Amino acid sequence: MRERPPIGSTRLLRGVYRTLTGLHPALESVLAAVVGLLIGALLMYIWGFNPWKAYIALLKGAYGGSYEISSSLSRATPLILTALTFSICLRAGMFNIGAEGQMYMGAVASVCVALFVLPPGVGQILGLVFAATAGALWSLVPAFLKLTRGVNEVISTIMFNWISKWLALYVTIFLLADPARSEKTLSIPVAARFPVLVRGTDLSYTLFVSIAFALVIYFVLWHTTFGYEIRAAGLNPTAARYGGINSKRTIFLAFVLGGVSAGLAGATIVMGLRPTYAIYGGGGMPQLLNMGFDGMAVAMVGRNHPIGILIAALFFGGLSAGGRVMQFYGSNPVPLEMVRIVMGAIVLAMSIPELIRIFPAAKKQGQEFVGLMRRLSRRGPKEEEA
Amino acid sequence: MSLSDVLSLLRISLHAMVPIVLTAVGEIIGETAGLFNIGLEGILLLSAFAGALAAESGGAVIGLLTGMGTGAIIGFIFSVINTYWKGTQMVTGIGINLFAMGFVAFGLIQLGAPGFRDVSRAAELAKWRTPIGAMSPMIIVALVLPFLIFWFLRRTRAGLILKAAGEMPEAADVAGINVNRVRLIASVFGGMLAGLGGAYMSVAWMGLVTKDLSAGRGFISLACVVFSGLNPLLALLGGFIFGFFQGLAEWVKTLPAKPIPAQFVSMLPYIVTLLVVSGVIGRVRFPKSLGKPYIRE
Repeated sequence: MRERPPIGSTRLLRGVYRTLTGLHPALESVLAAVVGLLIGALLMYIWGFNPWKAYIALLKGAYGGSYEISSSLSRATPLILTALTFSICLRAGMFNIGAEGQMYMGAVASVCVALFVLPPGVGQILGLVFAATAGALWSLVPAFLKLTRGVNEVISTIMFNWISKWLALYVTIFLLADPARSEKTLSIPVAARFPVLVRGTDLSYTLFVSIAFALVIYFVLWHTTFGYEIRAAGLNPTAARYGGINSKRTIFLAFVLGGVSAGLAGATIVMGLRPTYAIYGGGGMPQLLNMGFDGMAVAMVGRNHPIGILIAALFFGGLSAGGRVMQFYGSNPVPLEMVRIVMGAIVLAMSIPELIRIFPAAKKQGQEFVGLMRRLSRRGPKEEEA
Repeated sequence: MSLSDVLSLLRISLHAMVPIVLTAVGEIIGETAGLFNIGLEGILLLSAFAGALAAESGGAVIGLLTGMGTGAIIGFIFSVINTYWKGTQMVTGIGINLFAMGFVAFGLIQLGAPGFRDVSRAAELAKWRTPIGAMSPMIIVALVLPFLIFWFLRRTRAGLILKAAGEMPEAADVAGINVNRVRLIASVFGGMLAGLGGAYMSVAWMGLVTKDLSAGRGFISLACVVFSGLNPLLALLGGFIFGFFQGLAEWVKTLPAKPIPAQFVSMLPYIVTLLVVSGVIGRVRFPKSLGKPYIRE
């Protein structure tokens, strides 16, 4: 009897083959992350740092113990939600860059809870509702402009990011300022805060808000008619229209759902982050700054899938928490900004479909280039002769 | 508002116009060929940084040239990813922006000046003394360039080839045009102009580098391109309008009695951009293959 290879190994081989030919999305994300980290290492080397030591410090600072993992998770919490904003709209075929601004509005709205005296348990829910509403309302305008005037959502959401940044600063400084400490807004009252989940860390129960919302989005996108319509409209708008899907309604609802998600992200930062539970106006609202943009990187690495986003957010949360450790690490302090360089490089790598395939392509291009140079150099002397 | 106020407002507006017009005209060339680059913001930031450093060691002209070179390199990377490697243009642009934000902030820290670096007066491009005040010679470049590019796009064979690559790459390919190479050249040239705009900001206008120097100008230029409908002359007009409102915001901030809070003044350019784009957009038509990689069948 002929021996056949066990099924497990063939499956593994097929997996390896698919990876090498660039067909497996999850491994492609890993590859992009590796490429990004390598580019970061190269730059650190050029600037005179020891990349190996820096990454060890980063890794320890991100996942080295329960405290480190908690702080990574706490940084991942808002990223999950801003990533979902980008992903929902991308699934519907739009580039919604507006998470940043919608998150500002959500954060400001959740601070409004401090204006009321509420029994415990109500404040948290009211804060989330305020934030979700503010985010949704803020995303309505770009959606409306797209549907009625045909304004490209990339342009309008970017403009809205700037408008909301200045508006949030104005509200922070003039309308919701703490009378005792003018550099920050009113703090969320103790009864309305989300309690800390792991003692001594920044991680609070808001993590469950993020995870629950991600699961809700997963259910909506893959187990409801509405989700089916969103994905169909995103994959092939023409076919979706012939199939009787109201694309205007889909665009509108995807934007609203994205706005809700980004608004919640703002609320998780304000209502669940020790120690102040308030927005600081100075320095351009440092707690909130760039959370929306980082969320886009998370969404891409998470392949715009809610479950992928949860994993990618843990990675990016780790980068950002570990970066904080890395910048104070003994003899080799690498500034925190390196983390954003790495993120940018990862996103650049993610933009190349079937990343692994570019290597043969690069080889071919290189050969063509060498050939061209050779031809040019051959032509040079001939012209001189003539 | 006296005459001197009007003149100083005009002067600020003209200066604020330059980076937007240069970047927008560069992007018009890229979009005509079918590449939509939202990484302009990153190009402006990186070239402002590189230009300032080069200007300090080699003078203002070297600084401007370095800025152009930086922009060209990023344009090259962008176009290689999005032509030969069939990338997603939007994502590449976002990556460029993130990378630039990190890189410039990192670089400023490494140079011992977190978040802020002054360019020495000697390294700045000399300004011309005119009756309305000191004017940068780069304003002339920004005023003339759109006309040259308009002529190039409408009246030359190369301009027609660009249009073909953006409008119908299949037909261009059949006609013997190397679509990817045309797009590559367009993107490099567009990046070069954006780089010039970035270096202008640090070397010839503000005389400093900060980690958020570009302050959305790359995105405003994109809006300006949408407003212009890929016509460089309208981009000049749009650039002036956006520059005017930025100038107005600056000018209101200097008033002793503030009629409205500074935050609302800072919003003005963005609100105007939105209004202009949503008022004008209906009649604008873009190349058919804008944003799509060309894949030969």
